[in-house]
Amino acid sequence: MSAPLVIDVRGLTKRFGDKTVVDHFDIAVPRGAIYGFLGPNGSGKTTTIRMLCGLLTPDEGDGQCLGFDVRREAPRIKTQVGYMTQRFSLYEDLTIRENLDFVARMYGVADRRKRVTRALEDLGLADRSGQLAGTLSGGWKQRLALAACLIHDPKLLLLDEPTAGVDPKARRDFWDEIRRLSKAGVTVLVSTHYMDEAIQCDFITYIAYGKKLIDGPATQIPTIVGLSTWRAEGPNLVALEAALQGQPGVAQVARFGSALHVSGTDATQLEATVRRFEAEGGQHWSKVPAGLEEAFIHLMAGARDNFSRDAA
Amino acid sequence: MSMGFSVNRFLAVLLKEFIQMRRDRVTFAMMIGLPIIQLMLFGFAINADPRHLPTLVEVNDEGPLTRALLAGMQTSGYFDFVGQVRGPAAGEEALRRGQANFVIVIPDDFARDVVRGLRPTVLVAADASDPSAVAGAAAAMSGIVSNAMAQTLTGPLAQAAGTPAPFEVVVHREYNPEGRTSTNIVPGLLAIILSMTMVMITAVAIVKERERGTMEMLISTPVRPAEVMLGKILPYVLVGYVQTAVFMVAAFAVFNVPFTGTFMAFFYGFNLFVLGNLALGFLISTLAHNQMQAMQLSFFTILPSILLSGFMFPFAGMPGWAQTLGTGVPATHFIRLIRKVMLKGAGTIDVSAELVALGVIVLVISLMAMLRYRQTLD
Repeated sequence: MSAPLVIDVRGLTKRFGDKTVVDHFDIAVPRGAIYGFLGPNGSGKTTTIRMLCGLLTPDEGDGQCLGFDVRREAPRIKTQVGYMTQRFSLYEDLTIRENLDFVARMYGVADRRKRVTRALEDLGLADRSGQLAGTLSGGWKQRLALAACLIHDPKLLLLDEPTAGVDPKARRDFWDEIRRLSKAGVTVLVSTHYMDEAIQCDFITYIAYGKKLIDGPATQIPTIVGLSTWRAEGPNLVALEAALQGQPGVAQVARFGSALHVSGTDATQLEATVRRFEAEGGQHWSKVPAGLEEAFIHLMAGARDNFSRDAA
Repeated sequence: MSMGFSVNRFLAVLLKEFIQMRRDRVTFAMMIGLPIIQLMLFGFAINADPRHLPTLVEVNDEGPLTRALLAGMQTSGYFDFVGQVRGPAAGEEALRRGQANFVIVIPDDFARDVVRGLRPTVLVAADASDPSAVAGAAAAMSGIVSNAMAQTLTGPLAQAAGTPAPFEVVVHREYNPEGRTSTNIVPGLLAIILSMTMVMITAVAIVKERERGTMEMLISTPVRPAEVMLGKILPYVLVGYVQTAVFMVAAFAVFNVPFTGTFMAFFYGFNLFVLGNLALGFLISTLAHNQMQAMQLSFFTILPSILLSGFMFPFAGMPGWAQTLGTGVPATHFIRLIRKVMLKGAGTIDVSAELVALGVIVLVISLMAMLRYRQTLD
């Protein structure tokens, strides 16, 4: 990693009562990267993001964010961070313009009026600026929220499940914008449940039960997960899919267009099973390199909601 | 960039709060309308000494003495004559049906017996099913009767009037000579109205930000706690001023409550009291998790303000433990202060004890609120 680190923290820990929500979390985010946070509900994604922007005080751990100490200099970090909450958190009883104007004042944005007007034009909401924010649809609320957290031109964007409940078209537009920002040098840390979004990230970290399980460049994730994958093509795939479930070495079976991808972490056992089905004939089998998709399906499949902690 | 208090950010919060206040029509109407409605309700409805009670008379002896007696009763304000009855049965019937609270019976040969010194009996039959409703009027009765006699029996008849009246009752009401309940209730009512709106609205305004998630956005910006606190509280101080102004005008114009003390004594006490209530609201907002809880907690603080402060019941009449509890309630001291100032003509020196007590309470509540308030979501 040649780019300077925007976030560099070690051992970040947060406890609520006797429950450890985030457990010795390390992360290093290079400038301009899109860093994806993956993990089931309750795994500690939101808590980690909140600690990074100073909304929560870590119980343990230290490091820097944008060159400021995460424990002692939270107020300074806040001036350069745009934080988009999971829930719409602008004022529903203020108009679109009033909301943007309010946020701009909070950050002491120079040339405020002009900046707000420009944001409204970029949003395509210039002619609806007097509308109450509460009356906007989910997709528009999300765009407004993004515009609000960009109003002070932050160097770091923290996005907590930004596209939850937004239609696919709006999601695509949203990600186009994120990639544009990333190219412009803005560092983006985003938590998500969606596989198609995770694929767009440069780096991926996977969290479960408050612990980091996997962390690396997106391209290396399948290797890190250690999956081997076989592809089956031919007739009767539905019957084959049912038959493969629970066979030795088979961790997951997923449909990819007209083919079936069978994956597992135990390559030898998986191959034995595949050979057996191949001998029965009917489908054409081939070994393929495991992709990000398989890796994510594998990760997500193994992850139940983390609210019950007995399995930790 | 400045890390200290920013006037601009504070003004931004202030402005935002005013816009939201204006847009929330129901709450806004409540803030202005509620005090007026309560004033009318409590001021008029609660009355321990009611007047203009419907009264019937059975006159068995017409004459100047009878006319003087009835005229005296009418002018006392307690009795409204609604008609005459014939015979005891009719009077009893009217009372039972609730057509009248009183039936006055002037006996046969009333004037003649008085002159002869036979001390005839004027019977006042009162509907005592609501004792407090007629107590005042009944107590005033004896005085009215002897007055009427003294006025009519002059000259050679004066000696008859001079005989000691067995039913003489002395009613002496300090500071409120007419014994009107509204004079007593109205000043205290200001304390109750301010407690209700100031505590509840502050608590809800802050909890609302947390419940809607906007607090998370707000504290993710560089805004400082003092900017949020002042920006959110100040608009409601203004609301308190408006409420008080409306209230005072109504107290003078509608209820004729005097204001005999000095304005500054009232002004100091009023500001301390408003501050205390806002701090209490802020404290509640740090305890409540949602608006419903904030409302309920506020309500719990209002009940002692009504029941233990001396607003509803005489403070001295409460048992020791209740007086101790009541001493911790800001309304107790403000009610004492405002009654002293409005009715007894007190100045700042006269209410120093109340001002000190209010100051201590404000300090304690503010400290507790500051300790509970978190700039983070921890």
